[in-house]
Amino acid sequence: MPIYNMDFETMPREALESIQFSRLKATLERVYATVPFYRENFNKAGITPSDICSLKDLHKVPFTVKKDLRDNYPYGMFAVPMENVVRIHASSGTTGKPTVVGYTKRDIETWAELMARSLAAGGATSKDIVHNAYGYGLFTGGLGVHYGAEKLGASVIPVSGGNTKRQIIIMKDFKPTILTGTPSYILHLAEVAEEMGVSFEELNFKSGIFGAEPWSEDMRRDLEAKLHLKAMDIYGLSEVMGPGVSIECREAQKGLHIFEDHFIAEIINPQTGEVLPYGETGELVFTSITKEAFPVIRYRTRDITSLNPEPCICGRTHVRMHKVSGRTDDMLIIRGVNVFPSQIESVLMKSRDVQPHYQLVVDRVDNLDTLTVMVEVGQEFFSDEIKTLQNMEKKLSNDIKEYLGVSAKIKLVEPKTIQRSEGKAVRVIDKRK
Amino acid sequence: MRVEQISIFLENKAGRLAEVTAILRDANVNIRALSLADTTDFGILRLIVNDNNAAEQALKKEGFTVGKTNVLAIEVADVPGGLNNVLDPLTSAGINVEYMYAFANTKGQNAIMIFRFHDLDKAISILKDNGIKVIKGEDVYNL
Repeated sequence: MPIYNMDFETMPREALESIQFSRLKATLERVYATVPFYRENFNKAGITPSDICSLKDLHKVPFTVKKDLRDNYPYGMFAVPMENVVRIHASSGTTGKPTVVGYTKRDIETWAELMARSLAAGGATSKDIVHNAYGYGLFTGGLGVHYGAEKLGASVIPVSGGNTKRQIIIMKDFKPTILTGTPSYILHLAEVAEEMGVSFEELNFKSGIFGAEPWSEDMRRDLEAKLHLKAMDIYGLSEVMGPGVSIECREAQKGLHIFEDHFIAEIINPQTGEVLPYGETGELVFTSITKEAFPVIRYRTRDITSLNPEPCICGRTHVRMHKVSGRTDDMLIIRGVNVFPSQIESVLMKSRDVQPHYQLVVDRVDNLDTLTVMVEVGQEFFSDEIKTLQNMEKKLSNDIKEYLGVSAKIKLVEPKTIQRSEGKAVRVIDKRK
Repeated sequence: MRVEQISIFLENKAGRLAEVTAILRDANVNIRALSLADTTDFGILRLIVNDNNAAEQALKKEGFTVGKTNVLAIEVADVPGGLNNVLDPLTSAGINVEYMYAFANTKGQNAIMIFRFHDLDKAISILKDNGIKVIKGEDVYNL
């Protein structure tokens, strides 16, 4: 696969780190001068940008958390005057006020470049047609992919989320070759296609670039088998930029290359804040080093992963992050056991007959946490004998117990009873709150 | 010899069975026999109907999970010991009945019962050897 920006993506580590340091330094000086929040935060920690003399000193800089962004709603974290801001996006704000982020003209260009790199890493070229099923709007997914595809010179179909039957017809008639969207919506697309008697085998897709929610390795197998394409994970969050912060290469499909000439990634222990060495699993923290309108300094993403510095067969020198296994705030504590929805997904997907639609319901009955896993009974799973279905329930429940150490009740439900999402899937209903 | 039965996965929810029967009514499908096996959470509705394809298509279109299984329709003499005469030879051959249910038949003198075995062929040959009548599929759908 051609690498979009050979100079930067395959830069030797030493040169890359030297660029990182000069960009970091400039960013720290700028936010100290222009964003009152950062100045106060640095002052509280007793540091100024001049105390940072190497990349190793970054750990002295205080973290930024989601709450800081909310407290400065809507524009308090912007580092440039509004007249220089050309675009605004916002997170959904389901758990409070949305977080608002801004982009200068140059930020939009950087983002498009990184998305072009991502699409190229996923196998796209200027000859491809991109079916972009990410939602367009305040959510960064749709426009992020869109600008990147145009920058790459590919043809983009800005189909957005929803209107699923029409999407299938477009896929048949327009013959797109690259599919982008959230994995849960893509699964819904696959399901609707099947209902309409359209097989992905007859379509023209070669790559799928899926992200905006964590998905497991087993989900990859399922998606690839159903969709007849290679599925790559893309990572990003609006606070840091949007999609295109990191991407899996089609060659290895093993870890997501973080574009380190624009972001510095660290892994920390989420309890102590201590920086962890390569290979250890913890919370991912990002510092943006080229963003103008909305720089973030040591922003805690709450995503759980680890970093792998080993050289990759694709030739990129940028460090790879493992597929995100969950979020610190997605983590369920069930009778004292830490459970991530993605772990349950892994267990379910190992059983080939299970539909990739599931939902976890956590409740507290007589002061005891209960976990119910709703699983849809599809054509393949179904049997006319009660005992076969009950054995399936028992098997899944035993597997969950064995892998995660937590007891779960499996509840079989009719197909399509679990709500389908057109954006990010709702995997957990926690009734304890 | 085999009779095709369709089965449907149902959650235990009020009105769910009525939805199935309404779909079948609208598809102009007549139910010949039925049994409902249930647990606390879900049930399996098994049906012998006069038009399997129409029933399956109509139900799948409404999002139901529909399975198909081959079962046997066996004539059972309507006298004391009638069912026992059928079961005895099967038991001695080690054939297990997975489930069974009765058929509404107003025409004949004998009762008709639906049986599900894992080893259908073996069951058929044993029943034949013992002179027990197994009714053909097309006859059952149109009884």
